[in-house]
Amino acid sequence: MVNQENDTGRDRLVEVRGLKFFRGSQPIFQGVDLDIERGKVTAILGPSGTGKTTLLRLIGGQLKPSAGTVHVDGQNVARLNHGDLYELRKKMGMLFQTGALLTDLSVFENVAFPLREHTALPESMIRDLVLMKLHAVGLRGARDLMPAQLSGGMARRVALARAIALDPVMIMYDEPFTGQDPISMGVLVQLIRLLNDALGLTSIIVSHDVAETATIADYIYIVSGGLVVGAGTPEQMAQSESRWVQQFMRGMPDGPVPFHYPAPDYLEDLLVEA
Amino acid sequence: MLTWIERLGREGLNFFERLGRANMFLLQLLIGMPGLLLRLRLLILQTYSVGVLSLLIIVVSGMFVGMVLGLQGYNTLVDFGAEESLGVAVALSLVRELGPVVSALLFAGRAGSALTAEIGLMKATEQLSGMEMMAVDPVRRVVVPRFVAGCLSMPLLAAMFSAIGVFGGYFVGVGLLGVDSGAFWSQMQAKVDLYEDILNGVIKSIVFGVVVTWIAVFEGYDAVPTAEGVSRATTRTVVHSALAVLGLDFVLTALMFGD
Repeated sequence: MVNQENDTGRDRLVEVRGLKFFRGSQPIFQGVDLDIERGKVTAILGPSGTGKTTLLRLIGGQLKPSAGTVHVDGQNVARLNHGDLYELRKKMGMLFQTGALLTDLSVFENVAFPLREHTALPESMIRDLVLMKLHAVGLRGARDLMPAQLSGGMARRVALARAIALDPVMIMYDEPFTGQDPISMGVLVQLIRLLNDALGLTSIIVSHDVAETATIADYIYIVSGGLVVGAGTPEQMAQSESRWVQQFMRGMPDGPVPFHYPAPDYLEDLLVEA
Repeated sequence: MLTWIERLGREGLNFFERLGRANMFLLQLLIGMPGLLLRLRLLILQTYSVGVLSLLIIVVSGMFVGMVLGLQGYNTLVDFGAEESLGVAVALSLVRELGPVVSALLFAGRAGSALTAEIGLMKATEQLSGMEMMAVDPVRRVVVPRFVAGCLSMPLLAAMFSAIGVFGGYFVGVGLLGVDSGAFWSQMQAKVDLYEDILNGVIKSIVFGVVVTWIAVFEGYDAVPTAEGVSRATTRTVVHSALAVLGLDFVLTALMFGD
């Protein structure tokens, strides 16, 4: 592809322009513009239920935008045919919130799965590759376990090893830190940064864990109500003037995002005859 | 009244939309089938879990159905002094009707529900989605082997059911009630026609196999990816399969024997 150098000299791997998406009649995105820079860790933060996962699915081509475009590596994802889309996906890894390991295969076979599906490598080479990937996430010793025997953090690390099995260009992390104990959280935070730099990846982290994500992200987008409400480096975000960004970054219970779900007046509601 | 009509309309639309999706899905399965030749190992694995593991229930049920046929048939035939025709009665009932139909119903309960639940749970735990993102088509990798395994297993299971049933009838009729063994077999041999009876039975079981497995994999793949959604899909598989099998049985019987 032609690298899309723009005036600031940034090299974008993913370009989202004017993205709109509706689920039924409910708008999820109403005109989102995003750039993911090559080689960087970009975080997309936002409250739960703002469609962050949906955004990853739009980038991965599992969903099609209602309007606007998503370009990955210069290709318009929604316009690709089945074959080209699958070819592009080989360059993307995705880490699902649940890990999405295949429950009928062992840890070793899970990591070997994309290699077996997409390459004709000899068994000895597959074994070496799998062990290398597992070693990178510290789970070489867990190769014979079944997914059901893994803790949540371990499952996510195995999924990570699987995601990097084909040496992708980009990895998308869907809520990687949710429900992790402090140790697994620390391990994952470090792994994401380390793998990104060591393997020359481009990482997209979708999360609502502000503090952890801010420590490793190069650039942050904050998404809410279907729009990008803030963007910048972690330092810029921490000093943002926007009340919205302040509320989110500091985790304040009330502010531009109200504590209460929209409801009729409290007193009136209580006095309604049952 | 108007809302009632509106609801009827919506239900109707939903029904046809689902039917359309199911047919598109079948088309996808058929397109994905040639690729299965490269993954014979998967097919063998699935044939084991869908077919071989259903064997026990099929064999035991076939045995009992045959034994009941033996008893009932004898009681009816003996009044006319025609108990020697017991072999024909047992064999024809099994080969033409009970073999394909009962084994299809059992197959839907044993293997169909398992297929739906498995695929539905894989969907609910994002395994299918994960495969898609690894550039592996879940329809070809997960669904096609199961579909083909089901279509292959069903006729074999039905044949097994009928064969065991005949022995069940023999055991009761000849062993317990004293029908002549030679007459039992020779009458059967003379009156059961290879094409008219056996082939038609096999055709039935092939049709039932395709329909039941199709319903099962579609319900799993189309399930709402929650615990409740999967449980509903599993129920629907068994109910729809049973209705489809019994309905189709009438249609096929009318076509085959209704001249």
